[in-house]
Amino acid sequence: MIGAIRKPLRYGFELIERPFERVFGPALNPLAQLGALGFFFFWIVAVSGIYLFIFFDTGIEQAYQSVESITNDHWYHAGVMRSLHRYASDLMVVMVATHLLREFAYDHYRGARFFSWLTGLPIIWLLYASGITGYWLVWDKLAQYVAIISSELLDWLPIFGEPIARNFIATGTLTSRFFTLMVFMHIAVPLFLLFLMWVHILRISRPKVNPPRTLALMSLAALIGVSLWNPAVSQGHVDLARAPVEVGLDWFYLPLYPLTDIWGKGAVWAFLGAFSVMIGLMPWLPPLRRAKAAEVTLDHCNGCGRCAEDCPYEAIRMVRRTDALPFPTQAEVNPSLCVSCGICTGSCPSSTPFRRSEELVTGIDLPEYSLKELRERTRETAAALEGPGRVLVFACEHGAGAGGERGVVPVPCVAMVPPSFFDFVLSRKLADGVVVAGCAESACFNRLGVTWTQERFTGARDPYLRARVPRERIKTIWASTLEVARFERERAAFAAEIAALPPPVARKAQPSAPAARTPAPDRVPEGTS
Amino acid sequence: MIAILRAAAQFLIILALFGGVAAFANWPVYRQTPQGTAVIMVTFVHGADRKAACRKLTPAEIAKLPPNMRRTQECPRSRPPLYLELDIDGAPALRATLPPTGIAGDGPSRVYERFVVPAGAHEIAVRMRDTPRSEGYDYERTGRVTLTPDQLMVVDFRAESGEFLFR
Ligand code: HEM
Ligand code: SF4
Ligand code: SF4
Repeated sequence: MIGAIRKPLRYGFELIERPFERVFGPALNPLAQLGALGFFFFWIVAVSGIYLFIFFDTGIEQAYQSVESITNDHWYHAGVMRSLHRYASDLMVVMVATHLLREFAYDHYRGARFFSWLTGLPIIWLLYASGITGYWLVWDKLAQYVAIISSELLDWLPIFGEPIARNFIATGTLTSRFFTLMVFMHIAVPLFLLFLMWVHILRISRPKVNPPRTLALMSLAALIGVSLWNPAVSQGHVDLARAPVEVGLDWFYLPLYPLTDIWGKGAVWAFLGAFSVMIGLMPWLPPLRRAKAAEVTLDHCNGCGRCAEDCPYEAIRMVRRTDALPFPTQAEVNPSLCVSCGICTGSCPSSTPFRRSEELVTGIDLPEYSLKELRERTRETAAALEGPGRVLVFACEHGAGAGGERGVVPVPCVAMVPPSFFDFVLSRKLADGVVVAGCAESACFNRLGVTWTQERFTGARDPYLRARVPRERIKTIWASTLEVARFERERAAFAAEIAALPPPVARKAQPSAPAARTPAPDRVPEGTS
Repeated sequence: MIAILRAAAQFLIILALFGGVAAFANWPVYRQTPQGTAVIMVTFVHGADRKAACRKLTPAEIAKLPPNMRRTQECPRSRPPLYLELDIDGAPALRATLPPTGIAGDGPSRVYERFVVPAGAHEIAVRMRDTPRSEGYDYERTGRVTLTPDQLMVVDFRAESGEFLFR
């Protein structure tokens, strides 16, 4: 059932994302930076909020006047800040909604990934609490409307003895104390929100919390432009003798408020409860069949730490050695965090197909798709290739290449394939060319697989593709499941190119790759990622 | 040149998206009640009289109590409900039995009701019973009010003075 919603949604995202990727390039694609943009907008809201607070008067009589003065008398600094504060907050809502839908569409919320999903739920609540208390502080007609409906909603719950909504209609009962409480809430709730945003990404390694500088600068410039075009203004002083029946609503923060009239308050609460319960249960509905977690074979682990470095899900820790081998540490997998992407296998120096032994064992391996099996499938698939320009495809099962009929070795992530495999295929002449087919460049299913592969190819990251491997015989194609046609076109063009190449110069028999247990070569400095 | 055009295109897309977001930050305007109407709101907090339900204790019962806790009557912990009526222009708008609040039923009753009426003159009558009587009223007030569009008129009750307030 849920799959029937997820698939069209994913199709929709792909449909929008590919053109975005074309205009922005994979590095700047905003749809691949939603979380980072969320943090960016948060910082804008925080800085502009602190600035506004300098000019804001927290007294119930003075609040409105002080905001008016900010907006009109000092529009060129404080007024712009007010607009930035409002619009960056609205953009946070837009970002959160899109981010939620996108993580859902790409099936990033089940299995070991439930943690980020679940911690997203209180984030939504706190984000709304922040926005709603913010509109309260202006103490204009919208604030009165927000105050009345919010307290009517709270009064519906059997918590408070005296209806709080009374404070905002009968004259003379509202005290400055209540207002001070609101100001306090509007500072405390966002701080707690920031704390939860930090918790949200605890289990993600190298989370993108800052958008690329160009994207950040463009967003800031656009925000300032929009603020000048449509400055945020108040809607007239509160008049407790008049009902605030006509208000310009912020449809991002207050879409449910009109529904309290249409559906009734109980129904609005029921909707919120049902939404929360649904989000809370989704990671387990329907359950994801989880492949077995990666396993370490100590005999082949020299404690180099590359796997821990590369795992996108913080599933590997380096711990004190437990066997007699002369290395200080060894890798340890936390099965509850592992999504079985195989990236660790791809980064282990012991993962080399050149070894003769039938029992190809590496330091860290997937029980359900071992390196040995990968080598067998590679051999079998390559053996079936024919004609000039034999091209072998290693395809990520989440990308465009996975659907191909012949000559495809599917893998959970292209970064599972150690670069030595490509060397192996070409130097043993199993094929004339190799295609590495991943997800769309800015939408790697396993977050970092595309980046790691690129860095291994350029030599910026261990284990790198050796210099002797003829680069003209290797091609990477990043394409989503929507782009099968482009993928096939590029693959065919590559095969034709390969067929036209002169046969590779015969090389001497390869010395076998360094045996496991030898310490890894000095690390090449990491590229910035 | 291409790079500049590309950056310009990127910026324009972001600007358009942000502009769209900013537009919905206070538009379209939402109207809660129809044009040309006013709102009458009945709201107050008042506890019904508990003493009326008290019972005189018999001398034998009093004797049974510990000497320091002797009293002459026993009162229930919970309050009885309030009974409230509102008429607008002679037509009944509200007939409500308001239960006490609190888990033990010992809190005051509360009311918070909104009535949308056309702007203009209206005859308003409120009546309330806060004792267990079944006929007649303990408090009542009638009055003629003229409401301007969007006015919010509040019908409140002051227990200290025992009177309804129209404001
Ligand atoms: C203020 C709001 C939020 C911010 C700033 C935020 C930020 C982030 C960031 C920076 C990441 C890491 C992305 C990466 O580097 O790949 C992330 C991941 C994630 N977020 Fe959020 N998020 C927010 C709200 C939410 C909400 C409301 C949900 C859903 C209920 C959610 C679900 C997820 C999931 C499932 C992931 C994990 C993706 C993966 O494992 O590949 N987030 N978020
Ligand atoms: S397979 Fe390896 S890299 Fe992937 S999540 Fe598991 S431990 Fe991490
Ligand atoms: S040798 Fe392999 S398993 Fe051991 S720490 Fe290095 S990459 Fe991880």
